[in-house]
Amino acid sequence: MEIKLWINGKLINDDVSPDTPLLEYLRSKGCYSVKRGCETSNCGLCTVWLEDKPTLSCTVPLMRANNKHITTLEGLKSDAEELGGFLADEGADQCGFCNPGFLMNVLAMAKELEDPTEDEINEYLTGNLCRCTGYTGQLRAVKKYLEHKRKGG
Amino acid sequence: METKAVNRPMRKKDAMALVTGQPVYTDDLAPKECLIVKLLRSPHPHALVEEIDISKALKVAGVEAVFTYKDVPDIRFTNAGQTYPEASPYDRLILDRRVRYVGDPVAIIAAETEEAAERAMRLIKVKYEVLEPVLDPRTAKDGPILVHPEDNWQSLCPVGADNKRNLCSSEASEGGDVEKAFAESDVVIERTYHTKANQQAMMETFRTYAYTDIYGRLTVVSATQITFHVRRIVATALGIPKSKVRVIKPRIGGGFGAKQTAVSEVYPAFVTYKTGKPSKIVFTREEAQTASSPRHEMYLDVKIGAMKNGKIKAIELHTLSNTGAYGEHGPTTVGLSGHKAIPIYSKAEAFRFTADVVYTNVMAAGAYRGYGATQGIFAIESAIDELSHILNIDPALLREMNITREGDFMPAYYGETANSCALDRCLARVKEMIGWESKYPRRIMENGNIRAVGLALALQGSCISGLDVASVAIKVNDDGFYSLMIGASDMGTGCDTILAQMAADCLLCEPENIVVYGVDTDVSPYDSGSYASSTTYITGNAVVKTCASLIEKIKEYGAKKMGCNPKEVDFDGKRVYKTATDESITLKDLANFAMNFSDTALYASEMHTSPVSPPPYMAGAVEIELDRETGKIEVINYKACVDCGTVINPNLARVQTEGGIAQGIGMALYEDISYNKAGVMRNNSFMQYKLPTRQDIGTVEVTFESSYEPTGPFGAKSIGEIVINTPSPAIANALDNAVGVRIRELPLSPEKVYMEMIKNED
Ligand code: FES
Ligand code: FES
Repeated sequence: MEIKLWINGKLINDDVSPDTPLLEYLRSKGCYSVKRGCETSNCGLCTVWLEDKPTLSCTVPLMRANNKHITTLEGLKSDAEELGGFLADEGADQCGFCNPGFLMNVLAMAKELEDPTEDEINEYLTGNLCRCTGYTGQLRAVKKYLEHKRKGG
Repeated sequence: METKAVNRPMRKKDAMALVTGQPVYTDDLAPKECLIVKLLRSPHPHALVEEIDISKALKVAGVEAVFTYKDVPDIRFTNAGQTYPEASPYDRLILDRRVRYVGDPVAIIAAETEEAAERAMRLIKVKYEVLEPVLDPRTAKDGPILVHPEDNWQSLCPVGADNKRNLCSSEASEGGDVEKAFAESDVVIERTYHTKANQQAMMETFRTYAYTDIYGRLTVVSATQITFHVRRIVATALGIPKSKVRVIKPRIGGGFGAKQTAVSEVYPAFVTYKTGKPSKIVFTREEAQTASSPRHEMYLDVKIGAMKNGKIKAIELHTLSNTGAYGEHGPTTVGLSGHKAIPIYSKAEAFRFTADVVYTNVMAAGAYRGYGATQGIFAIESAIDELSHILNIDPALLREMNITREGDFMPAYYGETANSCALDRCLARVKEMIGWESKYPRRIMENGNIRAVGLALALQGSCISGLDVASVAIKVNDDGFYSLMIGASDMGTGCDTILAQMAADCLLCEPENIVVYGVDTDVSPYDSGSYASSTTYITGNAVVKTCASLIEKIKEYGAKKMGCNPKEVDFDGKRVYKTATDESITLKDLANFAMNFSDTALYASEMHTSPVSPPPYMAGAVEIELDRETGKIEVINYKACVDCGTVINPNLARVQTEGGIAQGIGMALYEDISYNKAGVMRNNSFMQYKLPTRQDIGTVEVTFESSYEPTGPFGAKSIGEIVINTPSPAIANALDNAVGVRIRELPLSPEKVYMEMIKNED
């Protein structure tokens, strides 16, 4: 099937099998930040933005991305570096495998929630599993990042 | 030594690449033209392949090859990443006619696409002779069904193994007069605890790709903790010289011990060896859950004798460990259940530890953070609380009376002495952090829930003493920057960074001036691998030694250039100078001279090993809230204090600890690998195997009480594994403190808690 979509702002016309998961398609297009951690929509590693909404790309068949804009971490370089710097400063990146999906969701949260509480942060991000860090360092980093943003950073 | 980099919270060297999603992991790097490797797996826990027909599968368009047991070498090997000769028996073939668990590979399919491989897989016809399985480890030893009846099964080390008895290993050790100590005790308790298999569940599943390099050698790129052992394992399994194999480790997406077993490597290695074409395998999460290398399930019989005043006289432990279908890490993990749990209380007069490790027809176990110590500590630390209730002594006090303190001899810890030990300070600290005096044992909340506190202590090792080795090499490059080459695998834990921090302090430079490279078996100096908590302690010491000899070389070369005796000069990190006159030559100049008409290599490499394994220590205290209506336990606060010697990088050590505690909470509360009567594993996805989320772990707070380990680099010990050991016993103890219910089998699920509460009420 013929599809048209935008990956990180770049228009792509392609001929694809419609039930290919968006995740695998994005990787085949060089968006290697998008990772798979499960087959049951439990891990959040594959989070991308579909029309600016955080979405599990493992659950999106390619045909549902037709005519849509997809954003991956590759398309958010400066945001990734800014937020990523806070994680790095906490040592809250261990293996790093969960980080791209996590960053996509934190960046979405920062746009969506104004001044979230700790509980709200944990609730928003609960679908993003991390087996290494125990989440506590991630929380410290996210709070510092939001604070930095509030101050106009 | 004054430290500038050590003990500082430096960013990990690879942090920015990782957090911005750069393509640095195995599957990101695999060539696009790789054949896709898939495994057809057995649906039976125990069977013989009678017939296997692959003719239809081979006709599928895009299928390159299908291999069965008929195609593989008849050479048994082990997938365990251990120093040769391995303690784990040689009990595997790449594909075997006998399949030993649901998930054991029966055929290897290699195809151009995933779809073709899967279609081919469905077209393979297998006729099995289904055999009776052994599913209960308690009936395995000397039972009528043998998991490994084959005659070419081989145990390379004297670990008490006997395949004709389903024994992967057995051991016994004791110290002091055990019978006498029990006879003299006022109180003797005997309890049996049961810990389940758990999955490491690192976010990146097992994955490997292979290709043939320009010299015709088989190159294996893999997410592994044991780069050098994989070279040996692959060569052994394929029956080819080790010189024909090269192994490279890129960044890896978590390991926790899972990747201390070569779970995925041999399959693409075999495909590429046979076809000459690049190939790759990426385990699905289902495969990673059902056919991998989880924690050993153990039954632990604890016996403790004590006086009424709380003095512990004797500790005895018998462990029955279930290694499953194959013996990876079986003989070694079990030892830690005793030797790393009993020595928490070295003041006891006598100890005895006995163990059996048995084969059964479930997935083979492997190495998981804690490596047996976790299971032993759950048992011992639960039993100590049970004893404290019988003696009517505050469990914190009972521990204070009996724990190992600095300078104590530890008979059960391989006869070592605790030269650096702040366990007493760790315990005092967590009591204070959790508010033990005011919160122990419980209080009832307005909503009827109960809040209670619980404690547990832990230790671990800092390497495998008398065995682990690490070498590093450092060379001086243009303008005087350094390359630090290591064979230890950074699995996200930051060893590349902390080793650079150590090197920076030794070489008196900034860590930025040191480039770290690891791991490629063709290039990197030998290291037994990143396991047994050994990297900081063993590889760290190798770094310190190598820096010392490199400085000597730099000084010699500087003296030569200045025309004086090396004894007359010193090195301050930037220049070699004459101590008398301060005449000097810069490192930059020396480095550049060494690359121009020079016969001096500014390069050093040293190896380290250790006869001792100084334990890190830890105390954990938890506050839980129990819902009496449902039996659900919620972790409210977790306070931990670790003595890992000198903390090399406080940020990384803290995150290690927080991460280990979260994993430990998962193990305590819900992670449970279980099998149905047909031997099929029930928890084959993250739906059925719940990992803790960020809403499940409460507030975790970590502190450090540092001792100084005289044999460690900069006084450091280890941190990687100990951190998972306290949650299970601490939470079980808190539950007992809450409602007087003692659960001796993990996990502490709401159903179990609820049923026990009802029993108690009756
Ligand atoms: S891959 Fe796990 S949720 Fe998408
Ligand atoms: S850092 Fe490894 S899974 Fe999050």
